[in-house]
Amino acid sequence: MERAQCLELLYPELQDKLVVTIMGACAQELYDLGHRENFFYLQHAMGLASSIGLGLALHLPEERVVVLDGDGSVLMNLGTLTTLARYRPRNLLHIIFDNESLLSTGGFDSQTTSGITNLAAIARGAGIQHVATAGTLMEFGEAALEALERDDLSVIVAKVDAVGPDLYGMDLQLPENAFRFRRHILDRKRA
Amino acid sequence: MTVSYENSKIIFDGIKAAGIRTVSALPETWLGLLLQRAEDDPELELIQVAKEEEAIGVAAGAYFAGEPHLLLMQNHGFLAAINGIVSLAQLYSIPLCMLIALRGHWGEPYAWHTRGGIVTEGVLRALAIPFEYARDPDKVATQIRDAYTFSESSLSPVALLLTRDLMED
Repeated sequence: MERAQCLELLYPELQDKLVVTIMGACAQELYDLGHRENFFYLQHAMGLASSIGLGLALHLPEERVVVLDGDGSVLMNLGTLTTLARYRPRNLLHIIFDNESLLSTGGFDSQTTSGITNLAAIARGAGIQHVATAGTLMEFGEAALEALERDDLSVIVAKVDAVGPDLYGMDLQLPENAFRFRRHILDRKRA
Repeated sequence: MTVSYENSKIIFDGIKAAGIRTVSALPETWLGLLLQRAEDDPELELIQVAKEEEAIGVAAGAYFAGEPHLLLMQNHGFLAAINGIVSLAQLYSIPLCMLIALRGHWGEPYAWHTRGGIVTEGVLRALAIPFEYARDPDKVATQIRDAYTFSESSLSPVALLLTRDLMED
């Protein structure tokens, strides 16, 4: 299973959600499907996508928030799983694409390579009640739909191949993305 | 030396008077009485993180949501949060209003705090983060309001350093 396939499957569901992605391949693949004003790409600060998602979810209980994370990023901020569990925002879906690799920085092995570290077990151990794993596109689609219908914090660990896009580049400056994302949210709040 | 009950209350009231609705924090001794108040006050929501860098993400989320937010941390937590401050807040022009307990400075009896206390101001300067020292209980509420105002107008992290003069009796 490739992350790009998962994103393509998920894309229609993301039309009305607030979406935060991590850097690199994940951000690029979502952007390539078509940028939307409700997408924020965290192109650095590895580990903090889920913390931004938590901040959004707690402050915007009427919105649904989807975080598109990766194994390398989550490993840099494992504490986030405990904070998510503690505050349990019911409107947050945290998807971790685990390609068992630090793909965007050269394809080095990560601690999840060959299943040494099990991120789903860590999420459960952190106290998150709804944790699913997906190894096929079918499993991913089912887990995502279930999570989006569920009124509770959910984590999906999706095992994906360590492949990314051939070309990188966005017609979007980083602060511009932040300004437009915020304006979009404030417009929705006013509507 | 004990943490000042009276000044903790003044700071807490100052945070509320500045219009802050949510606070992210990691508990530390000088901030203890403040955080207790925040826990007990239904008008202020406290979000406790496991490590201070998480709070930079939470603060960014609050900013995107248009909700007035403030961060409470010890200076060692500030040092632990620097990549988030640089590569999220500064890179994307996201304001942060940080109240930082300045441990390990003038009068510090505990060796373990000293190195972080000595370098805090230099690190703030290196990162071009505007800062002020809060020493006077009569001025601290205004300083909090001004820090918040400036962070929002400059789209930048801003730090108010809570000193021993203010935090201990």
